[in-house]
Amino acid sequence: MADVDYKKITRDGLWTNNPATVQILGLCPLLAVTGTVVNALGLGLATLVVLMGSNAAVSMIRGYVTDAVRLPAFVMIIAALVTIIEMLMRAFTFELYEILGIFIPLIVTNCTVLGRADAFASKHPVLPSLVDGFMMGAGFLVILVILGALREVLGQGTLFDNMQLLFGPAAAGWRLEVIPDYPGFLLAVLPPGAFLGLGLIIAGKNVIDRRLKDARKARQADAPKASRRVRTTGKV
Amino acid sequence: MSLINAPSPHTRERTDTGAVMRRVILATLPGLAVLVWQFGAGVLFNVLWAAAVALACEALFLRARGKPVGFYLRDGSALVTAVLLGLALPPTAPWWLPLIGVAFAIVVAKQLYGGLGMNPFNPAMVGYVLLLISFPVAMTQWIAPGQAPAPADSLALFLGQTPADAFSGATPLDTFRTWAGDAGALAEHGILQGVLAGRGWQWVNLAFLVGGLYLLARRVIGWHIPVAFLAGLGVPALIAHQIDAARFAGPLFHLFSGGAMLGAFFIATDPVSAATSRLGRFIQALLIGVLIWVIRTFGGYPDAVAFAVLLLNLAAPFIDYYTRPRAYGHKGARS
Repeated sequence: MADVDYKKITRDGLWTNNPATVQILGLCPLLAVTGTVVNALGLGLATLVVLMGSNAAVSMIRGYVTDAVRLPAFVMIIAALVTIIEMLMRAFTFELYEILGIFIPLIVTNCTVLGRADAFASKHPVLPSLVDGFMMGAGFLVILVILGALREVLGQGTLFDNMQLLFGPAAAGWRLEVIPDYPGFLLAVLPPGAFLGLGLIIAGKNVIDRRLKDARKARQADAPKASRRVRTTGKV
Repeated sequence: MSLINAPSPHTRERTDTGAVMRRVILATLPGLAVLVWQFGAGVLFNVLWAAAVALACEALFLRARGKPVGFYLRDGSALVTAVLLGLALPPTAPWWLPLIGVAFAIVVAKQLYGGLGMNPFNPAMVGYVLLLISFPVAMTQWIAPGQAPAPADSLALFLGQTPADAFSGATPLDTFRTWAGDAGALAEHGILQGVLAGRGWQWVNLAFLVGGLYLLARRVIGWHIPVAFLAGLGVPALIAHQIDAARFAGPLFHLFSGGAMLGAFFIATDPVSAATSRLGRFIQALLIGVLIWVIRTFGGYPDAVAFAVLLLNLAAPFIDYYTRPRAYGHKGARS
């Protein structure tokens, strides 16, 4: 395809086709590791890197892999990338690697990754695929971090706790006590809190969408109607 | 010809939701009175505050959803949810406990699902479970029966202060759990030696039984749910008690402890979240009873009415599917 609309790719990834709030994909990590901002950010970044890498690689081999074996080939690529990410995290952010545990290898099973490989990267050149991977990953990351922040504030009354796990010792002071002496709200920390939080985020997105649609409709209704020409000749 | 083919209770008087709900609230009064007598004015604060929060949340969300506020507030269903949740909360609860529980029950469990008649789960029990899971310490502190604190102390507890005297004591269910299997230790604990069951709690349950019988007499509820509920709880208890009396409490103890009677007559009978047909309701309530006995005996929590009711609420559509009544003039239930 010659004319690739990067604006549309961006809008799709971040809003209209967001993996977390519209496609509802990758629920397992989304619900499991969003207890705090740092966990959400760590897994979100890992997923983002895997998505970009897999999209680029799949796009490169798209001319050489037959339809019959394309899915196994994609899965092999994704698995290799995830293994690399896992090893990197083990080397550089060991504590975070321990906290996220099984959910790093489970990025392989994140439907967003295989979905984008099959739906987009296998049909587009490398650069658009890379951009698509970045935007989809970013859309996923943003929702992950919002949910993480929501649950961290509600669950333990802090924000950006333990950021040193990801950004080194300098980030230890980033911790914010949003609500001092917070007694803790276990529900937000437990999985039900993740389901409720995601539900509210999706509802919020739908409300914004509806407002925008109504506003657009109102603008169209307000626009002055073009004067209608009345046919006066010929057969009426 | 009636277009509604559910087995209708052929009522002789004009009833509407409001009248039914008012009767339910009326029927909780004996239980409320006994709770206040045994555990102090804290129960009353819980119920009144819960009612106020429920009405406010209901009004706010009816308004937000563009529904007629006055019409739906008058049906009293929010009030019933609040009263049932308020009765279930410990008398030492600080003010924010009923606030969070009732707000969650009304807003999330009821209004977000579409309001009265649309909620798949019993709202009061959703609120209760939310609180029990989120604040296990505050939710499991009870007062020793008969040692009701003075109203001033109850008020202090309600306002979140710690009064000079500490008021806490294990419930009979807690005590039995702790010492189950040790017949000597069980005999030492006075709280287990009531006339029917545990001290204090037996009167609470008896009062709810009286209120429930009033509901039965006024045909607000059918006999199927309470009878099946109590049988489901009592029969396994009876069998297990015959096998090992020291390890398993007797049926009377189970039936007159914790939330058994409140659950059987007031909570499992919620017509919205229960199964539809009579047979379905019987099966559902029976399973609720069995599940309560199982969780009380082998589970991690001393009482289990809320968990059991919610789990079987979840099973209601499944039960309905297999207990569809036979259509008149047809052979199988499937036609």
